Amino acid sequence: MFNDIFLFVTFIAVLIAMAFPLGNYMAKVFYGENEKLGKLFLPIEKLIYRFAGVNENKEMNWRQYAVALILFNVLGTVLVFIVQLTQQLLPFNPQNFESVGTWYLALNTAISFMTNTNWQAYSGESSLSYFTQMIGLTVQNFLSAATGCAVAVAFIRGLTRKTTNLIGNFWHDLVRCTVRILLPISILLTIVFVQQGVVQNLDAYQTVQTAQGTEQTIAMGPVASQEAIKMLGTNGGGFFNANSAHPFENPTPLTNFVQMLAIFVVPLGLVFMFGIMTENKKQGFAIAGAMIILFVMMLGINYYSELNGNPMIAQMNIGEPTSMEGKEVRFGLGASSLFTTVTTAASCGAVNNMHDSLTPLGGFVPLLQMMLGEIVFGGAGAGFYGMMVYVMITVFIVGLMVGRTPEYLGKKIEAREMKWVMIALLIPSVTILLFSAIASVVDAGLAGLNNDGPHGLSEILYGFTSAAANNGSAFAGLTANTVFYDLMLGIAMLLGRFGVIIPMLAVAGSMAEKKTAPISLGTFETTSITFMVLLVGIILIVGALTFLPALSLGPIVEHVLMLQGITF
Amino acid sequence: MLKEVNSAIRMLILMTVVLGVIYPLGMTGVAQVIFPEQANGSLIYKQGSLVGSKLIGQNFSSEGYFHGRPSAAGDDGYDAASSAGSNLGPTSKKLLSSIAERSEQIRLENGLAENAIVPSDLVTASGSGLDPHITVAAAQIQAQRVAKARNLTEAQTLALIEKNTENPQIGFLGEKRVNVLSLNLALDEVTK
Repeated sequence: MFNDIFLFVTFIAVLIAMAFPLGNYMAKVFYGENEKLGKLFLPIEKLIYRFAGVNENKEMNWRQYAVALILFNVLGTVLVFIVQLTQQLLPFNPQNFESVGTWYLALNTAISFMTNTNWQAYSGESSLSYFTQMIGLTVQNFLSAATGCAVAVAFIRGLTRKTTNLIGNFWHDLVRCTVRILLPISILLTIVFVQQGVVQNLDAYQTVQTAQGTEQTIAMGPVASQEAIKMLGTNGGGFFNANSAHPFENPTPLTNFVQMLAIFVVPLGLVFMFGIMTENKKQGFAIAGAMIILFVMMLGINYYSELNGNPMIAQMNIGEPTSMEGKEVRFGLGASSLFTTVTTAASCGAVNNMHDSLTPLGGFVPLLQMMLGEIVFGGAGAGFYGMMVYVMITVFIVGLMVGRTPEYLGKKIEAREMKWVMIALLIPSVTILLFSAIASVVDAGLAGLNNDGPHGLSEILYGFTSAAANNGSAFAGLTANTVFYDLMLGIAMLLGRFGVIIPMLAVAGSMAEKKTAPISLGTFETTSITFMVLLVGIILIVGALTFLPALSLGPIVEHVLMLQGITF
Repeated sequence: MLKEVNSAIRMLILMTVVLGVIYPLGMTGVAQVIFPEQANGSLIYKQGSLVGSKLIGQNFSSEGYFHGRPSAAGDDGYDAASSAGSNLGPTSKKLLSSIAERSEQIRLENGLAENAIVPSDLVTASGSGLDPHITVAAAQIQAQRVAKARNLTEAQTLALIEKNTENPQIGFLGEKRVNVLSLNLALDEVTK
């Protein structure tokens, strides 16, 4: 236990030490020209802009920005969709896989990778060619992350600019994020991963004669290059079915540690970058502080629950830890618990242990984190603008309590912005609850369950929460590759992605138009500890009010039943 | 609008070439040059024939081998082209009854007392179904059985376990663990 806590503390310390310089660098990448590395990358970027025929210096208003973003993402979806259905005709297919089978599975996977969800209705090693993995999935891993970052970058412009309706150029933000941040770090990560044992080849699957004399087929592939961006872009879609539990995706405790850092480093870097851009680093620290408070709470609950394990298993004279079902020995309890909390705090959704087999309260944590909108560090970009939803609600409520016009960073928050913010908050929540409710009463929804009793409800709830929050992890017992689930989850992913992006771009546009008021005595300080505590409180209250009834019927009641020894 | 669509298509094509072709193929080239062994799956050859991967667990059921963890990968377990966990939840009857059965079998096979503690990793399926490791305790309770089946002393098998134990990386990352395949191959070497 001491070891595990040492791991947790080290992780947070290393994370902060890496995210801070990255935030500095990102501020230069997105808002400046004159950094040294820029000279290296600028010619490449110019070529890209010229080939695509865009003028990266021509700024856009929020509508133009949204249109470019949506167009680009829709086209990406179409490409992934077509590649999956025609992979039998394409190269890099040593296993001679047929097309992925059904149009609804292909559609689900295409939407899933475009929206940064990376839900696995597919099973990588038994249905996707290397071509599909590279051209389809790896590319969208980069682009969906860059899209998320672009929205965050544009949102910060909206907050920091005055009396303009322009919030930047989408192509500029997309290309810079990809070329200067995601690609170089991914190359480094790939090399570290391969050194540790992640495979990177284009060979056919190997057949081995096992020690005991049977045959074993071992899946291969260009895994490391995809693994790197899968973590860094908070995507989380596995090359293999078992995702980061698979020894070829995550072979050692060190790769596990690096993968967790890779999930958090860009989202936290963005928060620090925000501080730099507002010319008051404390603005960034306050938000990072609120995130860390929430993270430690969630990790504590998950770890405590997993450590206590399952009393029904302990009764059979099984040694501790009793919650090893679905976990790998090389990670053990501590690194599994940390990974689970990290991957659902962010919108990553990679798993190094099977969440379906977590203890009830252990599974409650990822579920709740996703329901809150993954604002604890969160997805690449998505975490930041998701957190901004709560920041604006907090500022608004505080303003109403003291009877003043709410302000954030010197800008008045008015009815128009609050309407958009509420839409961004409500769309994912309504999607989760409504879709789960439908699935738990229709036959097509119930047919997919792997577990009975309250755990069955948790499987459905987890599925739609994961989709709407663009996480992509699963209580994977749910058989999700059916017309019903592929389509319902696909729609949930779209709503969860664009139901937040569009309103937040609108808020950015509307904030950019405002004047900045000078700070006065009456200004509520958004850098104080009070603000941090209020923000955490509001997040938990809003989350609890919305989701507690559903959570009580799933993990909470299952916990009580487990303690009483009731099984299903 | 037509111009925007045109730009978006061109941008997608270019990005796809850079990120989906040049990047993964380039990394494959680099990996094959600097770390060929790892990049190709850390494969183990014995007398020229392929016997497994250091990182991928295998099925072991005979008395003279150390057994790994239960596996839900494929129909017979340890199918390395079909990784999976059981995905059974904590209140699942199926999970609890398989744990009861497995622990009974392990006590029987290894001559343990009826209420002896069985290490949890030996009775629970791993996340990938391909976990190459077991805990040191899980290896130790099998030491006597394996020694007997191979005409070795228990001290010899315990020493082999010790030799095949991997330690946490950089002192604090990961658990102390035994690679089952390496251990069994070492066992085969000794008793050849």
